[in-house]
Amino acid sequence: MLLISCPHCGERAQVEFTYERTLDSVVTLAMPPEDAMRALYERANPRGLDDELWRHSYGCRQWLLIRRNRTTHAIESVKAR
Amino acid sequence: MSKYSALALLRGALTGQKHWQPAWRDPEPKKSYDVVIIGGGGHGLSTAYYLAKHHGIRNIAVLEKGWIGGGNTGRNTTIVRSNYRQPALHNFFDFALKLWEGMSDELNFNVMFSTRGALFLGHSDSDMTQLAQRGDALTCDGIDAELLDREQVRRLVLNLDMSRDARFPIHGGLTQRRGGTARHDAVAWGYARAADALGVDVVQNCEVTGFEMAGGRVTGVETSRGRIGAGRTGICVAGNSGPVAGLAGIKLPIEAQTLQAFVTEPVKPMIDTVIMSQSLHCYISQSDKGGIVLGGDPDQFPSYAQRGLAPRIEKAAAEAIALVPALSRLRMVRCWSGTTDMSFDGSPIISALPVDNLYLNGGWCYGGFKATPGSGFAYAQLLATGTSHPLAAPFAFDRFARGATIDEAGVGPWPQLR
Repeated sequence: MLLISCPHCGERAQVEFTYERTLDSVVTLAMPPEDAMRALYERANPRGLDDELWRHSYGCRQWLLIRRNRTTHAIESVKAR
Repeated sequence: MSKYSALALLRGALTGQKHWQPAWRDPEPKKSYDVVIIGGGGHGLSTAYYLAKHHGIRNIAVLEKGWIGGGNTGRNTTIVRSNYRQPALHNFFDFALKLWEGMSDELNFNVMFSTRGALFLGHSDSDMTQLAQRGDALTCDGIDAELLDREQVRRLVLNLDMSRDARFPIHGGLTQRRGGTARHDAVAWGYARAADALGVDVVQNCEVTGFEMAGGRVTGVETSRGRIGAGRTGICVAGNSGPVAGLAGIKLPIEAQTLQAFVTEPVKPMIDTVIMSQSLHCYISQSDKGGIVLGGDPDQFPSYAQRGLAPRIEKAAAEAIALVPALSRLRMVRCWSGTTDMSFDGSPIISALPVDNLYLNGGWCYGGFKATPGSGFAYAQLLATGTSHPLAAPFAFDRFARGATIDEAGVGPWPQLR
Protein backbone atom coordinates (compact mmCIF):
# COMPACT_ATOMS: atom_id res chain seq x y z
CA MET A 1 0.00 0.00 0.00
CA LEU A 2 1.17 3.54 -0.71
CA LEU A 3 2.02 5.87 2.13
CA ILE A 4 0.91 9.34 1.09
CA SER A 5 2.17 12.34 2.97
CA CYS A 6 -0.79 14.72 3.03
CA PRO A 7 0.45 18.31 3.48
CA HIS A 8 -2.51 18.95 5.80
CA CYS A 9 -2.71 15.72 7.82
CA GLY A 10 0.70 14.05 7.58
CA GLU A 11 1.43 10.52 6.49
CA ARG A 12 -1.67 8.46 5.85
CA ALA A 13 -2.49 5.13 4.19
CA GLN A 14 -3.41 5.24 0.54
CA VAL A 15 -6.89 3.77 1.18
CA GLU A 16 -7.86 7.18 2.60
CA PHE A 17 -7.26 8.81 -0.79
CA THR A 18 -9.10 8.78 -4.11
CA TYR A 19 -7.46 9.21 -7.48
CA GLU A 20 -9.33 11.77 -9.56
CA ARG A 21 -7.54 12.41 -12.86
CA THR A 22 -4.28 13.48 -14.42
CA LEU A 23 -3.47 17.14 -14.11
CA ASP A 24 -3.47 17.64 -17.89
CA SER A 25 -7.04 16.33 -18.17
CA VAL A 26 -8.67 19.14 -16.22
CA VAL A 27 -11.23 20.80 -18.48
CA THR A 28 -11.90 24.51 -18.05
CA LEU A 29 -14.96 26.43 -19.20
CA ALA A 30 -12.82 28.68 -21.38
CA MET A 31 -11.45 25.78 -23.46
CA PRO A 32 -12.47 25.48 -27.12
CA PRO A 33 -14.41 22.21 -27.64
CA GLU A 34 -11.51 20.48 -29.45
CA ASP A 35 -9.16 21.15 -26.55
CA ALA A 36 -11.78 20.01 -24.05
CA MET A 37 -12.29 16.75 -25.96
CA ARG A 38 -8.54 16.22 -26.08
CA ALA A 39 -8.22 16.82 -22.34
CA LEU A 40 -11.11 14.45 -21.61
CA TYR A 41 -10.11 11.61 -23.91
CA GLU A 42 -6.35 11.60 -24.46
CA ARG A 43 -3.67 10.47 -22.04
CA ALA A 44 0.08 10.10 -22.30
CA ASN A 45 -0.33 7.22 -19.82
CA PRO A 46 3.46 7.00 -19.29
CA ARG A 47 5.35 4.12 -17.72
CA GLY A 48 6.91 6.64 -15.39
CA LEU A 49 6.19 9.95 -13.71
CA ASP A 50 2.94 11.82 -14.15
CA ASP A 51 1.11 14.58 -12.29
CA GLU A 52 -2.19 13.50 -10.81
CA LEU A 53 -5.00 15.03 -8.80
CA TRP A 54 -6.00 13.02 -5.74
CA ARG A 55 -8.38 13.77 -2.91
CA HIS A 56 -7.92 12.97 0.76
CA SER A 57 -11.48 11.62 0.85
CA TYR A 58 -11.35 10.05 4.31
CA GLY A 59 -9.19 12.75 5.87
CA CYS A 60 -9.18 16.49 5.31
CA ARG A 61 -11.09 16.14 1.99
CA GLN A 62 -8.63 18.50 0.31
CA TRP A 63 -7.42 18.17 -3.26
CA LEU A 64 -3.77 17.21 -3.66
CA LEU A 65 -1.35 17.25 -6.55
CA ILE A 66 0.71 14.06 -6.51
CA ARG A 67 3.68 13.37 -8.75
CA ARG A 68 4.05 9.63 -8.83
CA ASN A 69 5.96 6.96 -10.71
CA ARG A 70 3.46 4.51 -12.18
CA THR A 71 5.89 1.64 -12.48
CA THR A 72 7.60 1.77 -9.09
CA HIS A 73 4.75 3.47 -7.15
CA ALA A 74 7.38 5.89 -5.75
CA ILE A 75 5.85 9.26 -4.86
CA GLU A 76 8.08 12.18 -5.77
CA SER A 77 5.98 14.97 -4.29
CA VAL A 78 2.62 15.74 -2.72
CA LYS A 79 1.45 19.33 -2.84
CA ALA A 80 -1.63 21.12 -1.58
CA ARG A 81 -3.85 22.45 -4.32
CA MET B 1 3.40 -29.92 -36.95
CA SER B 2 2.47 -33.43 -35.96
CA LYS B 3 -1.14 -33.79 -34.93
CA TYR B 4 -1.93 -34.53 -31.28
CA SER B 5 -4.21 -37.54 -31.01
CA ALA B 6 -4.87 -40.59 -28.86
CA LEU B 7 -3.24 -42.73 -31.54
CA ALA B 8 -0.10 -40.54 -31.55
CA LEU B 9 0.09 -40.85 -27.76
CA LEU B 10 -0.21 -44.62 -27.98
CA ARG B 11 2.41 -44.81 -30.70
CA GLY B 12 4.68 -42.59 -28.60
CA ALA B 13 4.15 -44.82 -25.59
CA LEU B 14 5.41 -47.79 -27.59
CA THR B 15 8.41 -45.97 -29.05
CA GLY B 16 9.90 -44.46 -25.90
CA GLN B 17 8.13 -41.07 -26.15
CA LYS B 18 10.60 -39.93 -28.82
CA HIS B 19 7.89 -38.38 -31.01
CA TRP B 20 7.55 -35.10 -29.10
CA GLN B 21 8.55 -31.91 -30.94
CA PRO B 22 8.58 -28.25 -29.91
CA ALA B 23 5.06 -26.82 -30.27
CA TRP B 24 6.34 -23.92 -32.37
CA ARG B 25 9.63 -22.93 -34.03
CA ASP B 26 12.02 -20.31 -32.64
CA PRO B 27 12.73 -18.40 -35.85
CA GLU B 28 15.15 -15.54 -36.44
CA PRO B 29 13.11 -12.52 -37.51
CA LYS B 30 13.16 -11.90 -41.28
CA LYS B 31 13.97 -8.54 -42.91
CA SER B 32 10.31 -7.76 -43.51
CA TYR B 33 6.80 -9.15 -43.28
CA ASP B 34 3.44 -8.38 -44.88
CA VAL B 35 1.95 -8.01 -41.41
CA VAL B 36 3.77 -7.45 -38.13
CA ILE B 37 1.75 -7.99 -34.96
CA ILE B 38 3.23 -6.44 -31.82
CA GLY B 39 2.34 -8.56 -28.83
CA GLY B 40 2.30 -12.35 -28.52
CA GLY B 41 -0.57 -12.70 -26.10
CA GLY B 42 -3.73 -14.62 -26.86
CA HIS B 43 -5.13 -11.76 -28.97
CA GLY B 44 -1.96 -11.27 -31.05
CA LEU B 45 -1.52 -14.99 -31.67
CA SER B 46 -5.17 -15.56 -32.56
CA THR B 47 -4.97 -12.57 -34.93
CA ALA B 48 -1.97 -14.19 -36.67
CA TYR B 49 -3.76 -17.53 -36.83
CA TYR B 50 -6.93 -16.12 -38.44
CA LEU B 51 -4.89 -13.93 -40.80
CA ALA B 52 -3.06 -17.00 -42.05
CA LYS B 53 -6.11 -19.27 -42.07
CA HIS B 54 -8.86 -17.04 -43.48
CA HIS B 55 -7.04 -14.32 -45.40
CA GLY B 56 -4.26 -16.27 -47.07
CA ILE B 57 -1.53 -14.05 -45.66
CA ARG B 58 1.33 -16.24 -44.50
CA ASN B 59 4.22 -13.77 -44.25
CA ILE B 60 3.39 -12.70 -40.70
CA ALA B 61 5.45 -12.10 -37.59
CA VAL B 62 4.19 -11.96 -34.02
CA LEU B 63 6.73 -10.05 -31.92
CA GLU B 64 6.65 -10.79 -28.19
CA LYS B 65 8.93 -8.92 -25.80
CA GLY B 66 8.90 -11.76 -23.27
CA TRP B 67 7.77 -15.32 -23.77
CA ILE B 68 4.50 -16.84 -24.98
CA GLY B 69 2.07 -17.14 -22.09
CA GLY B 70 4.11 -14.83 -19.85
CA GLY B 71 1.98 -11.70 -20.13
CA ASN B 72 -1.66 -10.89 -19.46
CA THR B 73 -2.73 -14.15 -21.11
CA GLY B 74 -1.56 -15.93 -17.96
CA ARG B 75 -2.69 -13.18 -15.57
CA ASN B 76 -6.46 -13.40 -15.53
CA THR B 77 -9.22 -15.45 -13.94
CA THR B 78 -10.00 -17.44 -17.13
CA ILE B 79 -13.72 -16.61 -17.22
CA VAL B 80 -15.54 -16.78 -20.56
CA ARG B 81 -19.04 -15.32 -21.05
CA SER B 82 -20.99 -12.99 -23.32
CA ASN B 83 -23.72 -11.65 -21.02
CA TYR B 84 -23.28 -7.91 -21.48
CA ARG B 85 -26.21 -5.54 -21.60
CA GLN B 86 -25.06 -3.38 -24.55
CA PRO B 87 -25.83 -5.00 -27.95
CA ALA B 88 -22.45 -4.02 -29.44
CA LEU B 89 -20.74 -5.83 -26.58
CA HIS B 90 -22.88 -8.93 -26.22
CA ASN B 91 -23.02 -9.55 -29.97
CA PHE B 92 -19.24 -9.28 -30.20
CA PHE B 93 -18.57 -11.45 -27.14
CA ASP B 94 -21.13 -14.03 -28.22
CA PHE B 95 -19.38 -14.31 -31.58
CA ALA B 96 -16.24 -15.00 -29.55
CA LEU B 97 -18.10 -17.51 -27.36
CA LYS B 98 -19.11 -19.50 -30.46
CA LEU B 99 -15.43 -19.67 -31.45
CA TRP B 100 -14.54 -20.81 -27.92
CA GLU B 101 -16.96 -23.71 -28.30
CA GLY B 102 -14.98 -25.17 -31.19
CA MET B 103 -11.52 -23.96 -30.23
CA SER B 104 -9.95 -27.18 -28.92
CA ASP B 105 -10.94 -29.05 -32.10
CA GLU B 106 -9.92 -26.23 -34.38
CA LEU B 107 -6.48 -25.77 -32.81
CA ASN B 108 -5.89 -29.47 -32.08
CA PHE B 109 -4.98 -28.33 -28.57
CA ASN B 110 -6.99 -28.95 -25.43
CA VAL B 111 -7.79 -25.49 -24.07
CA MET B 112 -9.96 -27.11 -21.38
CA PHE B 113 -12.95 -24.92 -22.22
CA SER B 114 -15.56 -25.85 -19.66
CA THR B 115 -19.16 -24.63 -20.00
CA ARG B 116 -19.86 -24.71 -16.30
CA GLY B 117 -22.05 -21.62 -16.51
CA ALA B 118 -21.57 -18.02 -15.42
CA LEU B 119 -23.90 -16.84 -12.67
CA PHE B 120 -24.49 -13.24 -11.67
CA LEU B 121 -25.94 -12.94 -8.18
CA GLY B 122 -28.66 -10.42 -7.34
CA HIS B 123 -28.58 -9.02 -3.79
CA SER B 124 -31.58 -6.68 -3.87
CA ASP B 125 -34.77 -5.93 -5.76
CA SER B 126 -32.94 -3.37 -7.87
CA ASP B 127 -30.19 -5.91 -8.66
CA MET B 128 -32.87 -8.33 -9.82
CA THR B 129 -34.48 -5.65 -11.99
CA GLN B 130 -31.14 -4.92 -13.62
CA LEU B 131 -30.43 -8.62 -14.14
CA ALA B 132 -33.89 -9.11 -15.68
CA GLN B 133 -33.29 -6.19 -18.05
CA ARG B 134 -29.92 -7.60 -19.01
CA GLY B 135 -31.43 -11.04 -19.55
CA ASP B 136 -34.13 -9.52 -21.78
CA ALA B 137 -31.54 -7.63 -23.81
CA LEU B 138 -29.57 -10.85 -24.32
CA THR B 139 -32.60 -12.98 -25.17
CA CYS B 140 -33.76 -10.43 -27.76
CA ASP B 141 -30.46 -11.05 -29.58
CA GLY B 142 -30.77 -14.82 -29.28
CA ILE B 143 -28.14 -15.16 -26.55
CA ASP B 144 -28.87 -17.51 -23.69
CA ALA B 145 -29.73 -15.99 -20.33
CA GLU B 146 -31.81 -17.48 -17.57
CA LEU B 147 -33.20 -15.55 -14.62
CA LEU B 148 -33.15 -17.65 -11.46
CA ASP B 149 -35.08 -17.14 -8.26
CA ARG B 150 -33.57 -17.59 -4.82
CA GLU B 151 -34.48 -21.26 -4.63
CA GLN B 152 -32.97 -22.01 -8.03
CA VAL B 153 -29.72 -20.30 -7.02
CA ARG B 154 -29.66 -22.33 -3.81
CA ARG B 155 -29.89 -25.55 -5.82
CA LEU B 156 -27.24 -24.42 -8.33
CA VAL B 157 -24.57 -23.37 -5.81
CA LEU B 158 -24.67 -25.41 -2.64
CA ASN B 159 -22.17 -23.42 -0.59
CA LEU B 160 -23.66 -19.92 -0.75
CA ASP B 161 -24.66 -18.18 2.45
CA MET B 162 -28.45 -18.21 1.96
CA SER B 163 -29.30 -17.37 5.54
CA ARG B 164 -31.65 -14.48 6.26
CA ASP B 165 -28.93 -12.50 8.04
CA ALA B 166 -26.31 -13.02 5.31
CA ARG B 167 -24.10 -9.99 4.76
CA PHE B 168 -25.06 -10.02 1.08
CA PRO B 169 -28.57 -11.49 0.92
CA ILE B 170 -29.28 -13.46 -2.25
CA HIS B 171 -32.51 -12.64 -4.05
CA GLY B 172 -31.76 -14.60 -7.21
CA GLY B 173 -29.43 -14.55 -10.17
CA LEU B 174 -28.92 -14.52 -13.91
CA THR B 175 -27.01 -17.39 -15.42
CA GLN B 176 -25.51 -17.98 -18.82
CA ARG B 177 -25.09 -21.72 -19.06
CA ARG B 178 -22.83 -21.55 -22.15
CA GLY B 179 -20.32 -19.46 -20.19
CA GLY B 180 -17.53 -20.96 -18.15
CA THR B 181 -13.77 -21.07 -17.96
CA ALA B 182 -10.79 -22.14 -20.08
CA ARG B 183 -7.14 -22.89 -19.39
CA HIS B 184 -5.62 -19.50 -20.18
CA ASP B 185 -2.05 -20.35 -21.13
CA ALA B 186 -3.24 -23.32 -23.19
CA VAL B 187 -5.11 -20.78 -25.32
CA ALA B 188 -1.87 -18.90 -26.03
CA TRP B 189 0.07 -22.12 -26.62
CA GLY B 190 -2.66 -23.54 -28.87
CA TYR B 191 -2.85 -20.43 -31.04
CA ALA B 192 0.96 -20.15 -31.17
CA ARG B 193 1.27 -23.74 -32.32
CA ALA B 194 -1.55 -23.49 -34.87
CA ALA B 195 -0.27 -20.16 -36.25
CA ASP B 196 3.27 -21.53 -36.46
CA ALA B 197 1.98 -24.52 -38.43
CA LEU B 198 0.53 -22.08 -40.98
CA GLY B 199 3.94 -20.41 -41.40
CA VAL B 200 3.62 -17.52 -38.92
CA ASP B 201 6.91 -16.54 -37.28
CA VAL B 202 6.37 -16.36 -33.52
CA VAL B 203 9.37 -14.32 -32.37
CA GLN B 204 9.94 -14.24 -28.61
CA ASN B 205 12.29 -11.94 -26.66
CA CYS B 206 11.81 -9.27 -29.29
CA GLU B 207 10.71 -5.92 -27.89
CA VAL B 208 9.46 -3.17 -30.19
CA THR B 209 11.27 0.07 -29.34
CA GLY B 210 10.06 2.35 -32.12
CA PHE B 211 8.24 2.75 -35.41
CA GLU B 212 9.87 3.48 -38.73
CA MET B 213 7.81 6.11 -40.54
CA ALA B 214 8.05 7.36 -44.10
CA GLY B 215 5.61 9.76 -45.76
CA GLY B 216 3.20 9.68 -42.82
CA ARG B 217 2.92 5.90 -42.83
CA VAL B 218 4.46 3.15 -40.76
CA THR B 219 6.90 1.08 -42.83
CA GLY B 220 8.47 -1.02 -40.13
CA VAL B 221 9.36 -1.43 -36.49
CA GLU B 222 12.61 -1.04 -34.60
CA THR B 223 13.10 -3.88 -32.17
CA SER B 224 15.60 -5.20 -29.67
CA ARG B 225 16.55 -7.70 -32.43
CA GLY B 226 16.96 -5.14 -35.21
CA ARG B 227 14.79 -3.39 -37.75
CA ILE B 228 11.88 -5.32 -39.23
CA GLY B 229 9.98 -3.99 -42.26
CA ALA B 230 6.20 -4.25 -42.22
CA GLY B 231 3.37 -3.83 -44.70
CA ARG B 232 0.77 -3.34 -42.02
CA THR B 233 1.54 -3.15 -38.31
CA GLY B 234 -0.94 -4.14 -35.63
CA ILE B 235 -0.48 -3.11 -32.01
CA CYS B 236 -1.92 -5.81 -29.77
CA VAL B 237 -0.31 -5.22 -26.39
CA ALA B 238 -3.22 -4.55 -24.02
CA GLY B 239 -1.74 -3.27 -20.79
CA ASN B 240 0.94 -1.41 -22.70
CA SER B 241 -1.13 0.16 -25.49
CA GLY B 242 -0.40 3.68 -24.24
CA PRO B 243 3.41 3.49 -24.35
CA VAL B 244 3.49 1.55 -27.65
CA ALA B 245 1.06 3.90 -29.43
CA GLY B 246 3.08 6.73 -27.89
CA LEU B 247 6.07 5.54 -29.95
CA ALA B 248 4.06 6.65 -32.99
CA GLY B 249 3.09 9.93 -31.33
CA ILE B 250 -0.50 8.88 -30.63
CA LYS B 251 -2.30 9.46 -27.34
CA LEU B 252 -5.08 7.01 -26.52
CA PRO B 253 -8.18 7.17 -24.34
CA ILE B 254 -6.62 4.58 -22.07
CA GLU B 255 -5.15 4.50 -18.58
CA ALA B 256 -3.23 1.49 -17.25
CA GLN B 257 -4.46 0.00 -13.98
CA THR B 258 -3.44 -3.02 -11.96
CA LEU B 259 -5.89 -5.87 -11.53
CA GLN B 260 -5.22 -8.65 -9.03
CA ALA B 261 -6.38 -12.21 -8.73
CA PHE B 262 -5.85 -14.87 -6.09
CA VAL B 263 -6.01 -18.63 -5.75
CA THR B 264 -6.43 -20.86 -2.72
CA GLU B 265 -4.95 -24.26 -2.02
CA PRO B 266 -6.63 -27.00 -4.06
CA VAL B 267 -9.66 -28.74 -2.60
CA LYS B 268 -12.24 -31.26 -3.78
CA PRO B 269 -14.90 -29.93 -6.19
CA MET B 270 -17.10 -27.49 -4.25
CA ILE B 271 -18.09 -24.78 -6.74
CA ASP B 272 -19.11 -26.02 -10.16
CA THR B 273 -20.10 -22.75 -11.80
CA VAL B 274 -18.60 -19.26 -12.04
CA ILE B 275 -20.11 -17.05 -9.31
CA MET B 276 -20.04 -13.32 -9.93
CA SER B 277 -21.56 -10.35 -8.25
CA GLN B 278 -21.63 -7.04 -10.04
CA SER B 279 -22.77 -5.15 -6.96
CA LEU B 280 -19.65 -6.34 -5.17
CA HIS B 281 -17.48 -6.90 -8.26
CA CYS B 282 -16.28 -10.21 -6.93
CA TYR B 283 -15.88 -13.39 -8.98
CA ILE B 284 -15.25 -16.91 -7.78
CA SER B 285 -14.62 -20.13 -9.65
CA GLN B 286 -12.82 -23.40 -9.05
CA SER B 287 -9.99 -24.37 -11.34
CA ASP B 288 -9.68 -27.88 -12.74
CA LYS B 289 -6.77 -28.35 -10.34
CA GLY B 290 -9.06 -27.59 -7.39
CA GLY B 291 -7.90 -24.12 -6.34
CA ILE B 292 -10.57 -21.50 -5.77
CA VAL B 293 -9.80 -18.58 -8.09
CA LEU B 294 -10.88 -15.15 -6.85
CA GLY B 295 -10.84 -11.72 -8.41
CA GLY B 296 -11.97 -8.27 -7.44
CA ASP B 297 -11.70 -4.63 -8.43
CA PRO B 298 -8.78 -3.04 -10.26
CA ASP B 299 -6.65 -0.68 -8.17
CA GLN B 300 -8.57 2.35 -9.51
CA PHE B 301 -5.58 4.56 -10.13
CA PRO B 302 -3.02 4.37 -12.94
CA SER B 303 -0.27 1.81 -12.44
CA TYR B 304 2.09 -0.44 -14.38
CA ALA B 305 3.52 -1.97 -11.22
CA GLN B 306 2.34 -5.56 -11.88
CA ARG B 307 2.06 -5.97 -8.15
CA GLY B 308 -1.09 -5.34 -6.28
CA LEU B 309 -1.97 -3.70 -3.02
CA ALA B 310 -3.07 -5.48 0.14
CA PRO B 311 -6.45 -3.69 0.53
CA ARG B 312 -7.66 -5.36 -2.68
CA ILE B 313 -6.78 -8.83 -1.38
CA GLU B 314 -8.62 -8.06 1.84
CA LYS B 315 -11.71 -6.78 0.03
CA ALA B 316 -11.93 -9.67 -2.44
CA ALA B 317 -11.37 -12.26 0.30
CA ALA B 318 -13.94 -10.62 2.59
CA GLU B 319 -16.57 -10.60 -0.15
CA ALA B 320 -15.84 -14.16 -1.24
CA ILE B 321 -16.06 -15.42 2.35
CA ALA B 322 -19.30 -13.52 2.92
CA LEU B 323 -20.79 -15.21 -0.17
CA VAL B 324 -19.29 -18.68 0.42
CA PRO B 325 -18.44 -18.97 4.14
CA ALA B 326 -16.66 -22.33 3.66
CA LEU B 327 -13.86 -20.48 1.85
CA SER B 328 -12.71 -19.03 5.18
CA ARG B 329 -11.09 -22.39 5.95
CA LEU B 330 -8.83 -22.28 2.88
CA ARG B 331 -5.32 -20.88 2.67
CA MET B 332 -4.57 -18.41 -0.08
CA VAL B 333 -1.49 -19.73 -1.86
CA ARG B 334 -0.83 -17.27 -4.62
CA CYS B 335 -1.80 -13.86 -5.91
CA TRP B 336 -0.85 -12.20 -9.14
CA SER B 337 -1.60 -9.01 -10.96
CA GLY B 338 -1.77 -7.82 -14.53
CA THR B 339 -1.80 -4.43 -16.14
CA THR B 340 -5.15 -3.61 -17.70
CA ASP B 341 -5.81 -1.12 -20.46
CA MET B 342 -8.70 0.78 -18.88
CA SER B 343 -10.41 2.54 -21.77
CA PHE B 344 -12.56 5.60 -21.16
CA ASP B 345 -15.89 3.94 -21.91
CA GLY B 346 -14.97 0.47 -20.68
CA SER B 347 -15.06 -1.02 -24.19
CA PRO B 348 -12.21 -2.18 -26.43
CA ILE B 349 -10.68 -0.38 -29.39
CA ILE B 350 -10.23 -2.43 -32.58
CA SER B 351 -9.42 0.17 -35.15
CA ALA B 352 -7.16 1.87 -37.66
CA LEU B 353 -5.12 4.67 -36.06
CA PRO B 354 -4.56 8.19 -37.42
CA VAL B 355 -1.20 7.03 -38.89
CA ASP B 356 -1.42 4.97 -42.11
CA ASN B 357 -0.71 1.23 -41.90
CA LEU B 358 -0.94 1.28 -38.12
CA TYR B 359 -3.76 -0.46 -36.27
CA LEU B 360 -4.74 -0.92 -32.65
CA ASN B 361 -6.36 -3.72 -30.72
CA GLY B 362 -6.48 -2.74 -27.05
CA GLY B 363 -8.46 -1.12 -24.27
CA TRP B 364 -9.89 -4.42 -23.09
CA CYS B 365 -10.17 -3.21 -19.51
CA TYR B 366 -10.48 -6.32 -17.31
CA GLY B 367 -12.42 -8.34 -19.91
CA GLY B 368 -9.95 -9.29 -22.60
CA PHE B 369 -9.54 -13.01 -21.99
CA LYS B 370 -13.06 -14.00 -22.97
CA ALA B 371 -12.70 -12.03 -26.21
CA THR B 372 -9.53 -13.79 -27.36
CA PRO B 373 -10.82 -15.69 -30.42
CA GLY B 374 -13.35 -13.03 -31.49
CA SER B 375 -10.81 -10.28 -31.07
CA GLY B 376 -8.27 -12.14 -33.21
CA PHE B 377 -10.87 -12.94 -35.85
CA ALA B 378 -12.05 -9.33 -36.17
CA TYR B 379 -8.56 -7.83 -35.96
CA ALA B 380 -7.31 -10.24 -38.65
CA GLN B 381 -10.04 -8.98 -40.97
CA LEU B 382 -9.09 -5.37 -40.24
CA LEU B 383 -5.38 -6.03 -40.82
CA ALA B 384 -6.03 -8.02 -44.01
CA THR B 385 -8.58 -5.75 -45.67
CA GLY B 386 -8.24 -2.38 -43.95
CA THR B 387 -11.96 -2.41 -43.13
CA SER B 388 -13.59 -3.41 -39.87
CA HIS B 389 -15.46 -6.62 -39.24
CA PRO B 390 -19.13 -5.54 -38.77
CA LEU B 391 -19.12 -6.73 -35.15
CA ALA B 392 -15.96 -4.72 -34.42
CA ALA B 393 -17.06 -1.55 -36.25
CA PRO B 394 -18.64 0.02 -33.12
CA PHE B 395 -15.23 -0.20 -31.41
CA ALA B 396 -13.53 2.35 -33.69
CA PHE B 397 -10.94 4.75 -32.29
CA ASP B 398 -12.96 7.84 -33.28
CA ARG B 399 -16.09 6.85 -31.33
CA PHE B 400 -15.09 9.15 -28.47
CA ALA B 401 -14.92 12.18 -30.75
CA ARG B 402 -18.24 11.16 -32.35
CA GLY B 403 -19.94 10.78 -28.99
CA ALA B 404 -20.68 7.13 -29.79
CA THR B 405 -19.15 5.57 -26.70
CA ILE B 406 -20.22 2.09 -25.56
CA ASP B 407 -20.41 2.53 -21.83
CA GLU B 408 -21.74 -0.62 -20.13
CA ALA B 409 -21.18 0.79 -16.64
CA GLY B 410 -22.55 4.22 -17.51
CA VAL B 411 -19.88 6.18 -15.66
CA GLY B 412 -18.51 8.40 -18.44
CA PRO B 413 -14.87 8.97 -19.33
CA TRP B 414 -13.52 8.03 -15.87
CA PRO B 415 -11.79 4.65 -15.89
CA GLN B 416 -11.15 4.81 -12.13
CA LEU B 417 -14.94 4.58 -11.56
CA ARG B 418 -15.35 1.38 -13.54
